[in-house]
Amino acid sequence: MSTEYLTAETEWKLPSPRRTAVILVILTESALFTIFVVAYLFYIGKSLNPPYPHEVLEFPWLGSILLFGSSGTIVMAEKALKKGSVSGFHLWWAITAGMGFGFLIYTATEWHKLIYKDGLTLGTNLFGSTYYSLVGLHASHVVVGFILLSMILIFSLTGKLQHRHHEHVEMISWYWHFVDGVWAVVVTVVYIISANS
Amino acid sequence: MPNGIPITTKEIGTEANPARPGEEHGTITSWIQDIVFTVDHKKLGLMYLGMGWLFFIIAGTMAAIIRTQLFLPDNHLVSPQAFNSLFTMHGTSMIFFVAMPMIFGLANYMVPLQIGARDMAFPRLNAFSFWLTFFGACLMFFSYVGAPGLYGAGAAPDVAWFAIAPLTSRAFSPGTSVDYWSLGLLVTGVGSVTGGINIMVTIFCYRCKGMTLYRMPLFVWLSLVTMFLVVTFLPPLSAAQIMLVLERFFGAKFFETQAGGSAILWQHFFWIFGHPEVYILVLPAFGVISEVVPVFCRKPIFGYPMMVAASVMIGFVSAGVWAHHMFTIGMNSYSITFFAFATFVIAIPTGIKIFNWLATMFGGKIRLEIPMLFAIAFLFQFLIAGLTGIMLGCAPFDWQLNDSYFVIAHFHYVIVGGIIFAVFAASYYWYPKAFGRMLNKQLGLWHFWLFTIGFHLTFDPQHIAGILGMPRRIYTYHPGRGWEIWNQISTIGAFLQAIAALIFVINLFVSARKGAVAGDDPWDGWTLEWATSSPPPDYNFETTPEVKSRRPVWDLKHPEDPDWKFE
Repeated sequence: MSTEYLTAETEWKLPSPRRTAVILVILTESALFTIFVVAYLFYIGKSLNPPYPHEVLEFPWLGSILLFGSSGTIVMAEKALKKGSVSGFHLWWAITAGMGFGFLIYTATEWHKLIYKDGLTLGTNLFGSTYYSLVGLHASHVVVGFILLSMILIFSLTGKLQHRHHEHVEMISWYWHFVDGVWAVVVTVVYIISANS
Repeated sequence: MPNGIPITTKEIGTEANPARPGEEHGTITSWIQDIVFTVDHKKLGLMYLGMGWLFFIIAGTMAAIIRTQLFLPDNHLVSPQAFNSLFTMHGTSMIFFVAMPMIFGLANYMVPLQIGARDMAFPRLNAFSFWLTFFGACLMFFSYVGAPGLYGAGAAPDVAWFAIAPLTSRAFSPGTSVDYWSLGLLVTGVGSVTGGINIMVTIFCYRCKGMTLYRMPLFVWLSLVTMFLVVTFLPPLSAAQIMLVLERFFGAKFFETQAGGSAILWQHFFWIFGHPEVYILVLPAFGVISEVVPVFCRKPIFGYPMMVAASVMIGFVSAGVWAHHMFTIGMNSYSITFFAFATFVIAIPTGIKIFNWLATMFGGKIRLEIPMLFAIAFLFQFLIAGLTGIMLGCAPFDWQLNDSYFVIAHFHYVIVGGIIFAVFAASYYWYPKAFGRMLNKQLGLWHFWLFTIGFHLTFDPQHIAGILGMPRRIYTYHPGRGWEIWNQISTIGAFLQAIAALIFVINLFVSARKGAVAGDDPWDGWTLEWATSSPPPDYNFETTPEVKSRRPVWDLKHPEDPDWKFE
């Protein structure tokens, strides 16, 4: 079929390696999280000794607002960069990083309360094991995201970030949205399903 | 070039590669520097394969000790503790440090060449993946010297390759042997996932002009499906390892029954990884056979679209069969029915593949070169492996024979009779491309016949021993159960295989220096790797090739009758 060949010759476009790689990273991370989520769901109500989820868990309003909100501010930062407004990008990007850091502080205070007031640790019961491993795995991803956000901020403030890096910035925002999506699952599973059962 | 790919001429391959100033060639330091610093996909591919063969010899020696221990009833060649760690390390090494590096090595070397790319998508990540895989293996083997020993047995992991919980808990496995097992596999697992992402991105984003998905060689297709499985189903293993590490180091309670935990959950997590892993290993083997059979039958592959569809279907269905490893744990009948059914379903695409290979051979001008001999043996043996797999997929049959030597025979038929035979076929097929010289055919014939006879002597009798009730993992057995003769034949076969493997290794080294010069295209092949020199230059292709059909090199050689006219 020579006609098909001719059209193929005029255009030969392949997907961007960076985007493809980030999609695959998100795929493999989702598989990792799935197992921890399954372990958490499987062990709901099977702990033999207190504390139980409904006694100690409080709905993480502050953390959720910070993290879900940061998904919006990172979009604003990207829009500013596309318009060519570097100062707008700096502002929104710094807010995003700050909200990520705020989420980590929220998690730290929550864990401090759970450990010292409620006496819940990794080895206390099944709830402790599955809770800290799932929430901790997510928090470790927030830490990685925060480091990436800070790096971009530093590069950008020192003038090393240029227009050709817009795909790098976009990939970090994809990762950040993924971390957000995982938080939505964690909130549903941990703070809604298990805290009410 | 009137009609297609600009072929790299031989001059480029043999063109002197001038040494950069301050760089000496031929010394041991320059050689080590080369290995440590390289990011070239061909060198890394060979390093993966070298690692695979190194651990093949180590784990093969362990198998030989196991077989010698089982040669006579009431034998006490090694202690029971040493026996436990022998079969654990044999199994773990053969899967993670032999078969996985071999498939990664083949994919690393061949995928960029077959799609007309100059290197992998992320060359430095590629080197990182290799070194993680290698150091993971080193970490696990360090347990032999690093962990405190029990009764002089060394302290290698001794919990079987799927590390049954709660045997892995601190109470039953004191010391650090299980930690070496879990941390070693965790490190190797990260290397495999990053390697898998790299190969997938290479296939999606670096195909040469005209190489649409439906024109990719089947080996590339099968690598793509394999790496999808690696990326999706290795993380469950890593997650389970993380839980195990948390349990052993920080007192978490995931698999501890006294705390309400479930030991069965470990089995589910392990086999969610474990069964796709079988397909991770066997799909590249299918890819090799799909390359070798057409070239040595002088016919294009029969039913290319069906081959692709069957591969993708195997990839998807393999996600839903894991619990057929767990029929004896007491699942409800709905689960058993589902997993037995899924196991039968996966036989359909596999059967399609076998029929397509046979149809490719049918009416072809078969050349019985060494790669083709291994491919024919593969077809025969993999068919039997699949059939015993269907037998074990019948839950009632499995209740009788689970954890017996029948299972051992079944999966060694898959892994040795299938995967290792395909790797041998690939080695004889692509060695001329990698080293520019042919492997010696006489030694190859000795290797083939000794290995095939040894293989059948080893594993055919194990089916019978299993049916007679011999359980797997036993240290020794009493006389008079009718197991002696089958074990003795099996041990003799194992040593024949060892001799054959030795001949192969000798052939690898001797032919690199003294083999007949191969030329660029010794087998009259059709895929792009044969369009460049042997060995390929660092940049693979002088100019990026352009492809118009599934057999670009055929088009080049036969401008009067190109394939693209009929596509």
